[in-house]
Amino acid sequence: MMKKSRRSFLKVAGIAAIGLGASPAMNFASSDSPGTALAVKGKNEQALTAHRWGMVIDTNKITEEIAEKITEVCHKTHNVPDFKHEVDAEKYPKTRLANHKQEIKWIWEEEFHYAFPEKEDEYLTEKFHDLPFLVTCNHCKNAPCVQACPTQATFKREDGIVIMDFHRCIGCRFCMAACPYGSRSFNFRDPRPFIAETNPDFPTRSKGVVEKCNLCAEQLAKGELPHCVQASEGAIVVGDLEDPESDIRVLLKEHYTIRRNQSLGTEPSVYYIV
Amino acid sequence: MLEIAIKGSKNYWSWIIFLLLVMGAGFIVYIDQFMNGLMITGMSRDVSWGFYIANFTFLVGVAAGGVMVVIPYYLHNYEKFHRITILGEFLAVAALVMCLLFIIVDLGQPTRALNVLLYPSPKSMLFYDMLVLNGYLFLNIVIGWKVLEAERNQVEPPFWTKPLIYLSIPFAIGIHTVTAYLYCGLPGRGYWLTAILAPRFLASAFAAGPAFLIILCYLIRKFTKFDPGWEAMQTLAKIVCWAIIANLFFFLCEVFTVYYSNIPGHKAHLTYLLFGYHGYHALVPWMWTGLILMFTGAIFLVIPQFRNNKTLLPFTCAMIFFGAWIDKGLGMISGGFVPSPLHHVTEYAPTKPEIMITLAVYATGFLVLTLLYKLATQVKEEVRG
Repeated sequence: MMKKSRRSFLKVAGIAAIGLGASPAMNFASSDSPGTALAVKGKNEQALTAHRWGMVIDTNKITEEIAEKITEVCHKTHNVPDFKHEVDAEKYPKTRLANHKQEIKWIWEEEFHYAFPEKEDEYLTEKFHDLPFLVTCNHCKNAPCVQACPTQATFKREDGIVIMDFHRCIGCRFCMAACPYGSRSFNFRDPRPFIAETNPDFPTRSKGVVEKCNLCAEQLAKGELPHCVQASEGAIVVGDLEDPESDIRVLLKEHYTIRRNQSLGTEPSVYYIV
Repeated sequence: MLEIAIKGSKNYWSWIIFLLLVMGAGFIVYIDQFMNGLMITGMSRDVSWGFYIANFTFLVGVAAGGVMVVIPYYLHNYEKFHRITILGEFLAVAALVMCLLFIIVDLGQPTRALNVLLYPSPKSMLFYDMLVLNGYLFLNIVIGWKVLEAERNQVEPPFWTKPLIYLSIPFAIGIHTVTAYLYCGLPGRGYWLTAILAPRFLASAFAAGPAFLIILCYLIRKFTKFDPGWEAMQTLAKIVCWAIIANLFFFLCEVFTVYYSNIPGHKAHLTYLLFGYHGYHALVPWMWTGLILMFTGAIFLVIPQFRNNKTLLPFTCAMIFFGAWIDKGLGMISGGFVPSPLHHVTEYAPTKPEIMITLAVYATGFLVLTLLYKLATQVKEEVRG
């Protein structure tokens, strides 16, 4: 460990000596070095890992209550503001009225024809009309948001999770235009007055940055399942899409599943059993 | 040469002070946006780009339009444009200043803007847009300044300006092409997902830019002793004529493809803009106004009697300029976001603070334009004097 950190220090110092102009090269070099990745993985032996994370949502098992519970636990643990929350006037004086069109959502309910607009059908199976369809970031294999981001604040991890660096995001919202699933939200204002109870284990965001579902990367790193999976009473399963033996691959083998707007070639990693 | 800009008539100074006041008022509103975030705008989760980006897109076109005087003069030695080439180049500078300001005021975290340089992302179209916009701005400042300075000293411009001038031509096409690529490469937005977007952008740019230049020529004739030349203005009017016809033609191609193929994801946006969608039609009157303005303008320019009419021409140009602004500024951006990829309809309208900031950016652009045009016309008066 000692040896490794000294080596990386020397490397950084060497590149820094070339001058400020080399900083992009430095980032490239450090992100590419296998040493860094090993160090991260070595932090917790219990961490859940995958070659490519995926999610299966069994729509038959999702009721209105379960869907609500999932949204609530996800938003609470990730400090997602709720614009319906009554602001503490003492702590946040002069907070202006919230515009609900500017709300933040990580996972939420949609009706079938909104979740799957390309599958709209006059004679749709009746049960689909009332079923709540949970939608979230699809952690696409070919993510248009990652491609669009001009600062690599949105990037794709080796395990397939599309994740964000809230401190690098400049708030240009190109990713929001690029996402064909409406999965991204922008902090049009400081979200903190609208967080009922701040979870100290997850960062709050500042105004002016985009955010979205991170597949509970912080949970996986601790060796725990995502909050939505835990709250779903078996309706949501996550696992390794590239492991033929994984639970999720077994589910995909046994059931007919659909993905949102597949024709775009984004290769969503979220599957729906219908 | 800069000293010329601080010697002016009462009218000149009143205009400058007026612009500074608008800039000041907008700046105060911007402080509110800077402190409290983009919540003061009408943008939303569904319509995540609004008036700022719309005006940015339109003004990239005005900047690119400047090349319509550079090409005839420098590539075809069209002498009549000798007097107005500098006007085209300086118009591009002012338009680009506004473009860059619109990008800055649109950012959620403007203090982090340089992250685009610190973490260059060659897969992002915004990266290239930054390169070509700044490149074109730099080229036009250097070229305009050096050529004008040479004219004042009655010498030939430095030899190295020539290659820069030739380079500025692909850059002009480039800025608007890359700006179109920001939109037309996004998979889930049916309205923008069309290969004709860049050509359409260029056509409307080559109409709006020169149309504005003609109006500016009228103003220069009124307020200075410098005459840009009626023949040059006539040639510009012909350029505007064919460009606006091309723009309308491209739009019709779009309408045909969308409605004949009947693909809902593509049709919904145009339907929203032209006829209203699921009871939402805020932009319908605007879109038709824009189309009528552009169409009437095109007719007035095709018919020689109307085009040659000195009183009518500035109004025709104003019609085309505003028509193109509605088409590109109002319709193009909102139209792409409504309905959303989930087919929700959230309409967009700019708020008062948003309009105020926008006006301040325009005032800044006009200030740059006024100062540069003051230099150019004065130098030309001196030389001819």
